[in-house]
Amino acid sequence: MKSVSMDKIKIEHFHLQYSDGNESLRDINLVIPVNAITVLFGPAGGGKSSLLRAINRLNDLADVSKISGSILLAEKMADGETEPAYIDVLDPGTDVIALRRRVSMVFAQPIVLPLSIRANLTYGLELAGIRDKHRLEGAVETSLKKAALWEEVHHRLDDSAFALSGGQQQRLCLARCLALEPEVILLDEPTSGLDPISTNKVEASLQELKEQYTIILVPHSIQQAARTADYCAFFLQGELVEYLPGKNIFTNPRDKRTEDYVEGRFG
Amino acid sequence: MNSLSRTSTTRRRVQRFGFGLLSAIAMFTVIPILAVVIYIVIKGAPAISLEFITGFPREGMRAGGILPAIVGTFYLTLGTAIFSVPLGIGAAIYLSEYATENRWTRTIRIAIINLAGIPSVVYGLFGLGLFVLFLNFGTSLLAGSLTLSIMTLPVIISTSEEALRAVPNSFRVVSISVGGTRWQTIRRIVLPQSLPGILTGVILGLERAAGETAPILFTVAAFFLPRLPHSPLDASMALPYHLFVISTQVPGMPIQIQYGTALVLLVFVLGMNLLATVIRSRARARRQW
Repeated sequence: MKSVSMDKIKIEHFHLQYSDGNESLRDINLVIPVNAITVLFGPAGGGKSSLLRAINRLNDLADVSKISGSILLAEKMADGETEPAYIDVLDPGTDVIALRRRVSMVFAQPIVLPLSIRANLTYGLELAGIRDKHRLEGAVETSLKKAALWEEVHHRLDDSAFALSGGQQQRLCLARCLALEPEVILLDEPTSGLDPISTNKVEASLQELKEQYTIILVPHSIQQAARTADYCAFFLQGELVEYLPGKNIFTNPRDKRTEDYVEGRFG
Repeated sequence: MNSLSRTSTTRRRVQRFGFGLLSAIAMFTVIPILAVVIYIVIKGAPAISLEFITGFPREGMRAGGILPAIVGTFYLTLGTAIFSVPLGIGAAIYLSEYATENRWTRTIRIAIINLAGIPSVVYGLFGLGLFVLFLNFGTSLLAGSLTLSIMTLPVIISTSEEALRAVPNSFRVVSISVGGTRWQTIRRIVLPQSLPGILTGVILGLERAAGETAPILFTVAAFFLPRLPHSPLDASMALPYHLFVISTQVPGMPIQIQYGTALVLLVFVLGMNLLATVIRSRARARRQW
């Protein structure tokens, strides 16, 4: 079932400033559609990661001094509803624990927990209070299959996650997110440490996963942005310069700065 | 060419001499500990017998065994662990995982460092004042354990905090990013990963407590009490104090009983040390990060 096009996340007049005085993001307005890969790209220091970490409030752990605007996240629609209800992620009253289960994150470095492969996957579910063995086992298998890792590890789920290669570890991290059955997946340069073959596997997984999830990807190269993007946003020094559907931003940029960047004149 | 090779030979010789000197200095640090251990073992071993370990002192401590002192030191170490381990680990968790860097935490840290620098006899007097007299615990295992706990706390806190901080922060971020609370993250990831380091610190702290004389001098120690303690409010003999007594206070003391007692204390303390080393090296071999 392909759901109707819907705005999963609406970012409105979003500002973020770190305690050291560096303004990181200025007046960001961005609408992220469901069931698509939205790519945030641009040179380092543009604020892409900061925006990503704001969406699931991981920025709470960082030294943020000022944050304003809103990040609206659509609730799942019940039958018969045509317009989703939205919660403001930045609202101090938001349940961040529940939020982080709905909006899950894959980091640039494959960070596996010092546990077995299986325990890495069930970790988040167990924290959420799920004890049912069948459900946990089911989540392990489903998430590993979605992350294209099942074939390689199903016979050694109790091995340490550190026994996996870097590429496998990163797919395990992706599977760990998927095990939580999130609605949104945030990926912060997930393939920056991987070889081309592993990168291909991750990108292929993402193309399948977007049928069920909302994906926001900070790519590690312009090429990856061009390969994967359904929607593309170009960030430069804390500003959202341009946001276009499809590959238009690469073939037909409207802003001179975007053009210069994608043609490799700086960055 | 010729002169070049000659200077390089000279340089190599100087370097070899330097290395030799440094390794000799390093060797010297091993000599005292080896000398002490070997000397005590040779002098004390003849005194060791089943009666010495399991018997009660007789003839004004000039014969018989040292069981009450062994048991007393065991209880004191246990009591110290009961008070100082939960408190010390708790404080370390607070400092490492919850506290932000501010004037308050800096004050705590300075207090801990200074606590570690206080001479042990001062702890003894403090324990006498607070636990024995003011709180009216009397000269007892309880008062002694509490006194030793205060002395042990800084060691346990600082080694535990170090062990907690050694756990990579990325594990915490990941745990929180999948919906973990801070406490869940500590309990399921940070504590298990730092446990060997914490245990090492705990054992080293307790080892110091087991060997101290001054803090128990006024708070626990009985000069001569040829029975085992019945309750935490009982006074007790203890190995370090017993050693002090039989070495200085009892005329006509057979010398091998002194060395025997020293040997038992040394085995007790070095045994704990060995345990800490084994735990640490095993954990290092198994650690994956």
